[in-house]
Amino acid sequence: MSEAGDARSHTSVLIVGAGEAGLGVATELRDLAFGGHITVIGDEPYPPYQRPPLSKGFLEGKEDEESLALRAPAFLDEHEIEVLQGRRVVSIDLADQGGTATLDDATTVQFEKLAFATGARARELPVPGASLAGVHTLRTIEDAKQVRSTLVDTARLVVVGGGFIGLEVAAASRRRGLEVTVLEATPRLLGRVCAPPLSDYLMKRHAAAGIEIRLDTSVVELVGNVDGQVTHVRLADGATIPADVVIVGVGALPNVELAEKAGLECGRGIVVDQAGRTSVDGVVAVGDCAEQPHPNLPGQRLTIESVNNALEQSKLAAHVLTGSETPRRGVAWFWSDQADLKIQIAGISDGYDAYIVRAESTRLTVLYFQQNRLIAADVVNNPRDFMAVKRALGEGRTIDPERADDLTLSLKELLQGQA
Amino acid sequence: MPTIIFQSPDGTTQKVEARIGASAMETAIKLGVPGIVAECGGAMACATCHVFVDPQWIEATGVAEDFEAEMLDDAETPRQERSRLSCQLRMTEELDGLELTIAPEQ
Repeated sequence: MSEAGDARSHTSVLIVGAGEAGLGVATELRDLAFGGHITVIGDEPYPPYQRPPLSKGFLEGKEDEESLALRAPAFLDEHEIEVLQGRRVVSIDLADQGGTATLDDATTVQFEKLAFATGARARELPVPGASLAGVHTLRTIEDAKQVRSTLVDTARLVVVGGGFIGLEVAAASRRRGLEVTVLEATPRLLGRVCAPPLSDYLMKRHAAAGIEIRLDTSVVELVGNVDGQVTHVRLADGATIPADVVIVGVGALPNVELAEKAGLECGRGIVVDQAGRTSVDGVVAVGDCAEQPHPNLPGQRLTIESVNNALEQSKLAAHVLTGSETPRRGVAWFWSDQADLKIQIAGISDGYDAYIVRAESTRLTVLYFQQNRLIAADVVNNPRDFMAVKRALGEGRTIDPERADDLTLSLKELLQGQA
Repeated sequence: MPTIIFQSPDGTTQKVEARIGASAMETAIKLGVPGIVAECGGAMACATCHVFVDPQWIEATGVAEDFEAEMLDDAETPRQERSRLSCQLRMTEELDGLELTIAPEQ
C-alpha cells in the first residue's frame, strides 16, 4: 500500500475511488482469482474506510479511526491491492481498449480495464451563509472529526434536512443532552424514501425524545457574527432560530464529472446496466455514483446510496471485468440507527401502489406492495420481520396483502407455503 | 493482544490477533478470515457474522439476548444455543484464545 506515493505507470485494472464500492471491486476480483495488477486511487488521505458509522458510533465516540478501516494493511498487501491515498484522478482518456488516467501530480497510469467508484458528495445548502464556521455537511472522516469537535454538550444544534443522516445526528446529539432542532422542507420526514406511517412514527418518537422538528420549513439564510461563526438560521417565514452548530443533510450528488468528461453516458449518475457495465466496453461503474435500472419501474433509473448496493454492484462488476458469468443479485437492504430506534429496510419500496402497517407498542413494520406483490418493508425495532421479508424477497416469495395485518400470525407464518 | 481462533466453513482454522475493544467480527473482516460477511460493519443489522462459540468459552462471552437474539432467530444458518453475532463479541484480555466456529450460511 502506498500513501500518496508513485503509482505504477501501468495497471491491469484501475479503480477510481477507494470507498466501499472501489475496494469491493478489488477484493472481488481477487476472490475470482484475477491475477493482474490492481490499483485503487482515493482522494482522501485515509486508508479505505466505512462511512455509515460517521453519523452514528464515530460521532458518539464509540468508534475510532482504526475501527473505521475496511481492511487491515496486511490484507491489502496479501491480496496485492495497491491503494493510493490522497491522490485525485483529474482526467481519463479512453482508447479503443483501455486508456490512460492523469493524476493531480501530472503522473499518468495506463490501464486495461477501468472501474468508476467515485461516490457522491454532500449537497450544499444553496443559501447565503452556507460556508460560515460551524456549518457542516457529513460525508467524510474529516467532516465527522470537525462535527465531533464542535458538538460540545452546550451547543445548540440545528439540523437542516430530515433524512437519514440528519435524523441520526439529531438523535445521537439529543441523547447526549443537546438542544436539537430539525428543519425539513417537505411535509414529512424521510419523504423521498418511505410511506407516511414510518415518517409519522419517527416524528412522534423523536419529538417525544425532546427534538424539535419543524416540517414544511425552508431555510433562506445562515446568519453569522463578525468572526464568521454561525449564530442563527433564518427561515422562509422570517423567523430565526439560534444555532451554534448547523448540520446540513440535504442529500448527495453523484460524482459524475470525471466519467462525463471521459465520454461516458451520464444522467444523475453514471448510467450502468444491471451488472455495472457503462456505455463503454471494459469500463464499469459501481456504488453511489452509478445510476442503474429501477427494479420496480421499467424504463426508469435510480442511484442507491448504501453499503449493500456498493457491495452487490462491485461483485457483479468484478464478474464483468473478468468475463465471468454474473451471479444473481442479493436483496437490497439498508439500516439506520437513531438513538434507541433501529430501522431496517429490505427491498426497494419506490414504485409501491399499496402498503400495510403492522404496529405493536414499540415496534413498527410497513410492508410495501406493487400489484399485490411484496416488494419491500421498513421495520423499526422488529428484526424478525426484517429477516423474514429479506429472505422472502430473496426467494421470490410474497404474502397475501389481505392477511398481512393479522398480528396473531408472524410474518414468517404468513409467508409459509407460498414459494 | 488477545487471539481468536476461527474455524471457517471450509474447514480451515485461522488464529488471529485482535485489538482490545475490537469485535471478533471486525478482527475477522479486516484480516479477510473466510466466511464472515458482515455487511453492516457491526451495527447488528444484517446477521451475516453468525458464529458458534466453543462450549468452553460460552460462559465468558455470554449468550445472545434481545435484539441480537431476534436477529439470530431468522439467520441463514439456524440458530443454536451458542450462536452469537460476532460483531457483539468485544475482545478483552480475558477472551484471549477465544474459539469460534463460523456458521456455514450467512
